[in-house]
Amino acid sequence: MKSYLQSHLKQLESEAIYVMREVAAQFENPVLLFSGGKDSIVMAHLAYKAFYPAKIPYPLLHVDTGHNFDETIAFRDKYVEKIDAKLIVRYVQNSIDNGTAVEETGPYASRNGLQTITLLEALNEFKFEAALGGARRDEEKARSKERFFSHRDAFGQWDPKNQRPELWNIYNGQKKPKESFRVFPISNWTELDVWMYVQQEGIELPNLYFSHQRDVIKRDGVLLAASDVVYPVGDETIETMTVRFRTIGDMTCTGAVESPAATIEDIVDEVASARVTERGARADDQRSEAAMEDRKKQGYF
Amino acid sequence: MTIELLRFTTAGSVDDGKSTLIGRMLYDTKSLFEDQIEQIEAVSAKRGDEYVDLALFTDGLRAEREQKITIDVAYRYFATPRRKFIIADTPGHIQYTRNMVTGASTAELAIVLIDARKGVLTQSKRHGFIATLLQIPHIVVAINKMDLVDYDEDTYRAIVSDYRDFVSKLNAKNVTYIPVSALVGDNVVDPSQNTPWYEGPTLLHHLENVNVGASRNYTDFRFPVQYVLRPNQNFRGYAGQLASGRVRPGDEVVVFPSGLESTIKEVVTANGNLEEAIAGDSVVLTLNDEIDISRGDMIVRTGNLPQKSNELDATICWMGEDPFDPSKTYQLQHTTRVVRAMVTELTYRIDVDTMHRTPAEVLKLNEIGRVQLTTTQPLFYDRYNTNRASGSFVLIDPATNNTVAAGMIRGESRDVDDLMEGETKADDTATRRERSENVVWEAGALDLAERERLNGHKGAVLWFTGLSGSGKSTIAKLLERRLYERKIHTMFLDGDNLRHGLNGDLGFAPEDRVENIRRVSEVASLGYAHGNVVLCSFISPYQRDRNFARSIVPDGNFFEIFAKCDLEVLKRRDPKGLYAKALSGEIKNFTGISAPYEAPEQPELVIETDVATPEQLVDQLIEMLETAGII
Repeated sequence: MKSYLQSHLKQLESEAIYVMREVAAQFENPVLLFSGGKDSIVMAHLAYKAFYPAKIPYPLLHVDTGHNFDETIAFRDKYVEKIDAKLIVRYVQNSIDNGTAVEETGPYASRNGLQTITLLEALNEFKFEAALGGARRDEEKARSKERFFSHRDAFGQWDPKNQRPELWNIYNGQKKPKESFRVFPISNWTELDVWMYVQQEGIELPNLYFSHQRDVIKRDGVLLAASDVVYPVGDETIETMTVRFRTIGDMTCTGAVESPAATIEDIVDEVASARVTERGARADDQRSEAAMEDRKKQGYF
Repeated sequence: MTIELLRFTTAGSVDDGKSTLIGRMLYDTKSLFEDQIEQIEAVSAKRGDEYVDLALFTDGLRAEREQKITIDVAYRYFATPRRKFIIADTPGHIQYTRNMVTGASTAELAIVLIDARKGVLTQSKRHGFIATLLQIPHIVVAINKMDLVDYDEDTYRAIVSDYRDFVSKLNAKNVTYIPVSALVGDNVVDPSQNTPWYEGPTLLHHLENVNVGASRNYTDFRFPVQYVLRPNQNFRGYAGQLASGRVRPGDEVVVFPSGLESTIKEVVTANGNLEEAIAGDSVVLTLNDEIDISRGDMIVRTGNLPQKSNELDATICWMGEDPFDPSKTYQLQHTTRVVRAMVTELTYRIDVDTMHRTPAEVLKLNEIGRVQLTTTQPLFYDRYNTNRASGSFVLIDPATNNTVAAGMIRGESRDVDDLMEGETKADDTATRRERSENVVWEAGALDLAERERLNGHKGAVLWFTGLSGSGKSTIAKLLERRLYERKIHTMFLDGDNLRHGLNGDLGFAPEDRVENIRRVSEVASLGYAHGNVVLCSFISPYQRDRNFARSIVPDGNFFEIFAKCDLEVLKRRDPKGLYAKALSGEIKNFTGISAPYEAPEQPELVIETDVATPEQLVDQLIEMLETAGII
């Protein structure tokens, strides 16, 4: 008998494409959040495939903290042009200038928390009803119960007690005016799945993900890239190390790992045998044990 | 090597050690990271636990970590070189039936945990019941905490035996039993030295080797249209995921609800056009004809059509905080289609602990019941037990927009009286069972149980249906001979015989066919009530007529047997020359040629008379009757 088994990547891809199409069909004004990180690049790639040969029917939105790596921004612009998508950029700096966000001060200051404010302002400005994000359930415990279609109240807040049951592949996107959804098509993917998919599809990624020499500062066990916004404090020193990034976010809180992995194949091998979660290299999650849950209630992904 | 995907669900109560079992699987397969382990160690130490609590890996939200209970479905991931696993981890206590149903809806395997010290509890049964209700093809019963009963084989065997008794009533298919200790790790990932008497697989070995994809239907092509792509004037494509079946360019298709026909032009993906797409694939279809198609329409293959109705018989699990309100109109979301629906009747409630059916006025949160629904527009569906994807739906409360019920379609709507035990009235207007006024049923001096005791076997009705010449009567007669040899009381009813007497006044027009079957059904029912195995051989082309015959015999005693034979073979065989006459128009209303034949939707047995020998088929029938406990 002929076997109809599909590889796990094919099933995960098909599921993500299904969810992306549901969003296009159920909402008049959705948006795809795009940070230039690998998960959002994979998301854009999936969106491209979901609507091929038509264009992606929603714009991409990037919330720029102003503390992004230059490589990320350059890659973002090139990639968006390549897939012929529409990009909207909103800046945390604007929220600070308008007084809606207050910048942390001192050497440990991070704009990561402020992204939530700018994001909510942008969703409000364009009246986006649904924002597609590349969050995955394996990233952090608070996310393990997240729905594909995650309902947010009129203030963009997530209520863990009031989420709709999701059965089979039936997604209920009905909502009242001003309410919105966050939608996570790659919920069921793990970090390894993402890398294997990048390999399978030959997806191009920013060089930051691959092994390179960089000046770093070791802070609370996390290697942060030395820059204008991250500089040595006390007895901290700048060291040059062979590193790569497992996630790419705000420079103030995205840690690098020492790694010789220079190709996708190396990375897949490395991730398959990794002993620390990718969020483990993020300073923002270490602030308190339930850090993610707190931020999520405020509207963070 | 291809890595396969297996989605499974776990159910168990707070104390059965479910979270510990998952923690153990993650830990022993090295799926946990050092920082996760350190974090859990820190929490355990802070709380003053003696050992590292593996359950903490899976207890997600802060509230439940504080209360030490899981309160929602949480998804976990781990992988081995062979398979990736997605665990829907669901809490087991009574108020969370809704979560169990949610987790089960996407699962291909369910792990039911039983505490070896406590044995089979009500909730272990509830988990099995829900797994079966949701049609999860594989069930694993993990008998946990074997370390606390000194790895006692008899304890294990007693629990297996108890649970076997229970599942035998359920129609559950593949049930596997494994003795484990999640705390210590016996038989979870590594075989245990402590259970030398157990020769089966470890839990992980079973998870890695169990057949996946078993719940998918690869036969019936169903393509709910999700989204229409129109990038330019020359391209019109329909995006969607195959709910079931397969599709290839050139296939003849029909689009519902319009009923318009076309053929598949291309199966488009960004990686190039495909030769074939199968159930689960997300693709874009283009057709050779310009047809107006929009989201919510369904493309199917000509000759393999879904059911169509706006009156549905369904089992639902109520998930809303507010009880179901019979005066309310709900939104019903089925595949990519949303229609309005009224629950016209709450047929009965099923107690998930005892599985008893009780009449009910209301369904509350976490309750399961059978309902009759009417929708504003017809749905194109299959029964849930033949097709999970096209047989499932949710109800949405338009006031709150919340998903308030999960539904599984059983078929077209039926009347309550037809379904409740002891009542015997059919819904179909065509074959309504009318009672003459002033007639009171005379209770027989002997009841059925007494007759069955005397006979040494149970009564039953075997209803053979199929096209003319398909071998119904031949097989039925052979079977009767075999039953006679085993001293089994039989009765044989056959179309030709009855038309000479009881039904001599009837012709072959649709209404006469209906009346014919109504009378036969009543006679069969009387024969059954007197303890006989009644063999009925009738073309009986309409499902509703056969449903009527079924409705007046208790569940489990009626067997619809479909004598299946290719029409071309029949035309060639044509022993009575009837097909030739029908084809030439000499005989009007001939089933299969000039009158419709509705193949049984859910026969108890299909006998392929053009494939197997009569003796083989009779063997199958005998086996069916033995398995069912009739003979």
